[in-house]
Amino acid sequence: MSTGLVVSGVSRAARRSRSVRICGGILLAVAAVAIIGPFISPHSYLTTDFNGTFIEPTLRNYHLFGTDDLGRDLFVRTLMGGQVTLLVAIVASFVSLVIGVAYGAIAGYAGGHIDAIMMRAVDALYALPFIFLVILLMVVFERNFLLIFVAIGAINWLDMARIVRGQTISLKQREFVDAARLIGVPPWRIIFRHITPNLLGVVIVYVTLTIPQAILVESFLSFLGLGIQEPQTSLGALVNGGVSQMERAPWLLLIPAVLLAVILLCFNFLGDGLRDLFDPRQDSR
Amino acid sequence: MLRFALLRFLWAIPTLLLVIGLAFLMVHAAPGGPFDAERALPPEIEANIAKAYHLDESLPRQFTRYLNGLLRGDLGPSYRYRDYSVSELIGNAIPVSLKLGVLAMMLAIVVGIAAGTVAALRQNSFLDRITMAFAMTGISVPVFVVAPLLILFFAVRSQWLPASWSGSTSGWRFLLPVIALALPQIAYIARLTRASMIEVLGSDFIRTAKAQGLRSASIIRHHAMKPAMLPVLSYMGPAIAAILTGSVVVEEIFGIPGVGQFFVRGALNRDYTLVLGIVIFYATLVILLNFIVDVLYGFLDPRIRHQ
Repeated sequence: MSTGLVVSGVSRAARRSRSVRICGGILLAVAAVAIIGPFISPHSYLTTDFNGTFIEPTLRNYHLFGTDDLGRDLFVRTLMGGQVTLLVAIVASFVSLVIGVAYGAIAGYAGGHIDAIMMRAVDALYALPFIFLVILLMVVFERNFLLIFVAIGAINWLDMARIVRGQTISLKQREFVDAARLIGVPPWRIIFRHITPNLLGVVIVYVTLTIPQAILVESFLSFLGLGIQEPQTSLGALVNGGVSQMERAPWLLLIPAVLLAVILLCFNFLGDGLRDLFDPRQDSR
Repeated sequence: MLRFALLRFLWAIPTLLLVIGLAFLMVHAAPGGPFDAERALPPEIEANIAKAYHLDESLPRQFTRYLNGLLRGDLGPSYRYRDYSVSELIGNAIPVSLKLGVLAMMLAIVVGIAAGTVAALRQNSFLDRITMAFAMTGISVPVFVVAPLLILFFAVRSQWLPASWSGSTSGWRFLLPVIALALPQIAYIARLTRASMIEVLGSDFIRTAKAQGLRSASIIRHHAMKPAMLPVLSYMGPAIAAILTGSVVVEEIFGIPGVGQFFVRGALNRDYTLVLGIVIFYATLVILLNFIVDVLYGFLDPRIRHQ
């Protein structure tokens, strides 16, 4: 039921708001090209070609975006990087969604002292520079995808927890929760089977706003050389590579940088647009 | 007021201890010792190294030793820069990082508030839309994309400004790093200022002021500015954290020998003590400045104090 509500809500949002329509369209197009492109291109993202380094973007040899210092095709690498960036962002946002929703729903449903302590802890954690702990984590442990997902996801759950808590408090006074309690449904079951499904609309909006933050963190880590490792790549790693070559081959910097910027811009516009439609009272900060 | 400040301070201490504890645990849970990468050493020498760095003691003992050192401002020896202590490395790098951060913060506050106020006063005009489009771009485009692009266009292509730190001694070398660091914060502050200014301008006391025939410049300055600045003030905590994070990237890209550059070098060299020290240094700074912002907020907005 709720899933249907969300789908119809999003399509209504797309009809009503031009920014939601345009940005959603661009993101879908980028995702589609990033997934299909590598299959169509004659080049692999791994193959090096020392006779074909620093080829400028041309149609010759089908190097649409040129090649890098090792002669690898930038078009395929950019698409692979885009894939990794989107994947990391979506999975990491899902992790933060799970943590945030569970935490917020439990605090809101429990109420009283438990709620007070849990939310004071969130306030205190706001002051905590998670990003530096994540960097430390990446320095100390062997870097793999799982660690990156969890580490990035663990950063962005605070806002989600606050919003979910607020919603839970208003939901738990509704009759269907009373009814569930009356027939003896245990609290954890009320939280996860009766309350959380009704949070979906708000949660979707805030996930859309969490995704660009997760992208920022991932590309920041990869830019520092602490995230995705060679030969895998992400947009942040590609920008990092481009910086060192920018005097000789500016396209190595410009193309991934512009793509990253476009993806982030679109997610932010999309999230803002959805929030204005779903939740008009929140000021669009 | 004093009670409020004291209470906030009491919350800051466990937060800080939590960061230090987590960071310390992480480093010590690391697979393999800090010296494993080098040639295999005779066991006696390994034992001696472990002893010199107190790695042979139990974890709680090492932690209390570390905390003891922290209280005296001693972050222990660096694992890679053998002749320096972590405190010396950080201490030498602070002045330039501080200058960079303070300049960027000032630029962000001045330009951000000005742009946001202008946009709010001309709501939905062309100027407003352009400003907000720029602000959205500023929020979306990360520092590590802005900084290289600035270098590419203003230093490599046009040669107007020095591209790297060491290539120049004039004050102009601060310009590009400060702009790169401030840009996202300008964008955030402009958006915040615009939203809260619009809200304040729609409130009753502004209408009263208008009805009294006050000039709009005077209304903005004397009536609207202070309440409109409260959300901006509460954003200062995250802004400080963001400037610190950004400075890591900016210093690396421009080659500025500040704390951030040591952080990146330490991270890539697996210099655990250096990275641990800088994480704790940053965390202390963020938590301390957050505390100051909180108290300032309570000072300006009495409603907060009595919650």
